[in-house]
Amino acid sequence: MNAIVRVQNVSKQFRIGEREALYETLRETITSTVRAPFRKLKGLNSKRNSPTIWALKDVSFEISAGETLGIIGHNGAGKSTLLKVLSRITQPTSGRVELYGRVASLLEVGTGFHPELTGKENIFLNGAILGMRKSEIRQKFDEIVAFAEIDAFIDTPVKYYSSGMYVRLAFAVAAHLEPEILIVDEVLAVGDAEFQKKCLGKMSAVAKGGRTVLFVSHNMSAISRLCSRVILLGHGVVERQGPVHDVIGHYLSSVFNSVGFRSWPDDATAPGNGIVRLRSLRVHDKANETRETLDIRQSVAIEMQYEVLSPGHVLIPNLHFYNEHGVCVFVLHDFNSGWRRRSREIGAYTTTAWIPGNFLAEGRLTVGAAITTYTPMHIHFYEQDAVAFQVVDSLEGDSARGDYVGHIPGVVRPIVDWNTAFSPDRELLESRVK
Amino acid sequence: MDLTTDKKVDDSQITNGISSYPSSAPELLGPNPSTLPAHPLVTIEPSKSWDVIDIGEIWAYRELLYFLIWRDVKVRYKQTALGAAWAIIQPLFTMVIFTIFFGRLAGVPSNNVPYPLFAYAGLLPWTFFSNAVTNSGNSLISSANLITKVYFPRTLIPAAAVGSGLLDLAIAFTIIVPLMIYYRVSVNWHILMLPVVIFLTTLLALSVGLWLSALNVKFRDVRFALPFLIQLWLFVSPVIYPASFLPARARWLIWLNPMTGIIEGYRSSLFNQPFNWIALAISTVLTIILSTYALYTFRKMEKRFADII
Repeated sequence: MNAIVRVQNVSKQFRIGEREALYETLRETITSTVRAPFRKLKGLNSKRNSPTIWALKDVSFEISAGETLGIIGHNGAGKSTLLKVLSRITQPTSGRVELYGRVASLLEVGTGFHPELTGKENIFLNGAILGMRKSEIRQKFDEIVAFAEIDAFIDTPVKYYSSGMYVRLAFAVAAHLEPEILIVDEVLAVGDAEFQKKCLGKMSAVAKGGRTVLFVSHNMSAISRLCSRVILLGHGVVERQGPVHDVIGHYLSSVFNSVGFRSWPDDATAPGNGIVRLRSLRVHDKANETRETLDIRQSVAIEMQYEVLSPGHVLIPNLHFYNEHGVCVFVLHDFNSGWRRRSREIGAYTTTAWIPGNFLAEGRLTVGAAITTYTPMHIHFYEQDAVAFQVVDSLEGDSARGDYVGHIPGVVRPIVDWNTAFSPDRELLESRVK
Repeated sequence: MDLTTDKKVDDSQITNGISSYPSSAPELLGPNPSTLPAHPLVTIEPSKSWDVIDIGEIWAYRELLYFLIWRDVKVRYKQTALGAAWAIIQPLFTMVIFTIFFGRLAGVPSNNVPYPLFAYAGLLPWTFFSNAVTNSGNSLISSANLITKVYFPRTLIPAAAVGSGLLDLAIAFTIIVPLMIYYRVSVNWHILMLPVVIFLTTLLALSVGLWLSALNVKFRDVRFALPFLIQLWLFVSPVIYPASFLPARARWLIWLNPMTGIIEGYRSSLFNQPFNWIALAISTVLTIILSTYALYTFRKMEKRFADII
């Protein structure tokens, strides 16, 4: 395997409070130094006794050249510490990292920007801090200015910049780094939506450009779009690593406590009433496998199992889909399975709704399930947020995103037919416009 | 219906925040894996405390050192009305005050040189030294955002703070020329020693700055102790008075101050006076010992800067 980054049993220990209680005073050190010999006599050592935590524990993985690896995990899982170890900002307590290429790390945009310096001066300063040579910066200078769209203000001190201009300039410099290995932290968390789009676009261009990228983000859509492989960190250890869908699905189910399958075996807690009771809900694919993560091109099935306890009612299952912004994307009603006007008998039922591929937008969808009688109107149960799944849109070119790599707004993302008529004769168009 | 084929679009071409690129152009495919070096370029491991300074690495980052110095110089007199004149005003006005109080009122001797000239020649290295030590001593703390976000040899930060002070020293030097003409003091070959003593001052300032800056990361007490320490150091250095002002029995004490040989060295170079080679040798040896110790301490503490700053 051609690993460009090899991480072997890396551990990092912090003394508790070290990151919070920033410094000790001289007096404390002097008194503890004076006391130290006595403590040693008693077999105690203050350092050994102070509580420690392992921010990273025996972390090992490899990244092949040209690969884009994503790192996800809860806050405090050790992601930032790992990036800091890889970018040589902090030393590991034990273990070893081998880097077979030039590394640039982007843990923040605009590191080292000085407010008193002009845009031009900051480009050179920031470039040098990020590891660019002077000649390299000079060569890319025009490109950087154009990317940042700040031509008119290039000789103005950046303290007079709007925050948008500042961030654009900062990112423009970083975007023109050409390391073999690029380490990027949550930079997408800053800036407005427009800026985030631009970041993502540039990032995937970098990844496609054959460079190795290590990318930490909370943005699952971005991760699934950019990365080929993902590592899930939890409490400082590698909890899972593998293909994007698998790891993200696992992560989301643990974070949101919502899964592709839920059941209510206990009569007392099962949603429902004396007429009908919900038994289970399941998200699955064509192969009938339960899924938490689905490709945007695949069709998705929501399977609902319920039990009818009292006969003679018309019961209509319905499903409510909400996206991560809390927007109701759509509601599905079973009006064509033959049970639309037909009274149910006592027994167990399984109803499956199929959502076609190339229809949903990427992101997390939460499904609520209900069974309703319409005449007279009665809701037997409505189980909110019963199951959830993630739709991922990888950049393979045959989904509705085509070759576009940025963020696409909208609650659905269908593929529709397009027709383009062509004629070299412009008058034809003009006559139609009139 | 006629579909025109997609033209290849430049990576950096961004239209309304939408970037397009050819999804599978061959030149954009990854590097040939066989081009990877056989040995890692960088190995990250817990370092041993006896690691000495990595000259090769400092050399590789020389451009950054240049930019950091350049930044300090650029920023220092931004938005000041008098600008770089401050580099002259500081020692010049101190000289005037010293001349009135010590030269005239207290009658402090000045080794056969007019007292104002004597004081100014002492204030040149002293102003540089005290500013360099103060700035570099606080440099790591004020660069906390760099230290926690980017890797580069940390020694560059205090080094740049010292380096940028050299420009002020050069500016302050321009005043000594009219002063010497005014007092009719001429120079001879002794002036050739000036670069040596300037180098020694820089190295000493760098050593003290390195040590204090590292200490400052862990103990913020340094920030309070520093101005106080500098003030005391001024009085035990021969800036206001010549070393010969002390009784012969106690003179060796002031020679233990590495600044003594240096300050006297400036005067000897400028005013044709005999060099006190022993004092210079003591300063040199002390500076070398201090710089070794400072580097060792710095390298030892450097590993934890990002964790505790």
